Amino acid sequence: MKSSVITFPGSNCDRDMDVALKKFGFNNKMVWHNDNELPKSDLVVLPGGFSYGDYLRCGSVASKSKIMNSVINFANSGGLVMGICNGFQILVETGLVPGVLLRNKYLEFICKNVFVKVDNKDNPYFKHLDKEILELHVAHNEGNYFCTDDQLKEIEDNSQIAIYYSNENGQTDEIDNPNGSTKNIAGIFNKRKNVLGMMPHPERMIDKYLSGDDGSLFFKNLIKNIK
Amino acid sequence: MKVSAIITLKKDVLDPQGKVIHQTLDGMGFKNIDEVRQGKYFEIDVKENDPSKAKVIVEDMCKKLLANLVIENYKIIETQ
Repeated sequence: MKSSVITFPGSNCDRDMDVALKKFGFNNKMVWHNDNELPKSDLVVLPGGFSYGDYLRCGSVASKSKIMNSVINFANSGGLVMGICNGFQILVETGLVPGVLLRNKYLEFICKNVFVKVDNKDNPYFKHLDKEILELHVAHNEGNYFCTDDQLKEIEDNSQIAIYYSNENGQTDEIDNPNGSTKNIAGIFNKRKNVLGMMPHPERMIDKYLSGDDGSLFFKNLIKNIK
Repeated sequence: MKVSAIITLKKDVLDPQGKVIHQTLDGMGFKNIDEVRQGKYFEIDVKENDPSKAKVIVEDMCKKLLANLVIENYKIIETQ
């Protein structure tokens, strides 16, 4: 299985993602933002970080970079594209997934472990995952998911919400919402569910001694689904 | 020709920075504020001498990059 991780100026989770993808069996290539062509891939990942120093709006400049034309074409033809954290911010700026990510409600950078509830398994990312509640890591300043009422109705009608911030029992109350996201949304799909954007970092949870192992479950399951 | 554009958050979008500025001003004694909303201001020197053409170019920039129309409005405010 082939994957590509795009490196933008200011990406800083690109190599963590490379380590994670290789650990679970992907043949991964790093791709520079200024390239025109994507290598042949089964999965393209937009990693976390601070592309272009978060200038203008997080992800807005990266979303216009050269390689993104190929990424958008790849996504529109049904290819799997996953954006984590800053990658999610880039995805919303391209319009591949609906909504935007605003500054965190309480104006603080959040760096901690959170629980997320997997809402929808009818997609290549979470299908067959034998856990509903994952412990993952978040680290962001702009993770406050927002969309218009019309968009919210549409994403709910199409079951596009991928994961919610929750407590360890899967309850999604306001107290478990770290950043003010609409409806505790931590990750969403596009309509076809081949594009996933999410704030939590599964690549930071792939070692049970250092962090936790729920990211390992995610990647093991992902590669199984793609095969 | 210089064209200026102002980007503001739409009415229903939460603006926590604006809230903090409001509270700070309030604490400084400015008690007569209803609301503060923070926005962005761009001054763009366009290689175009026709004001209406220059405006159209900056408007296109606003739509494609400077503003995110899900949450923001733009307004071309002056040309000189």
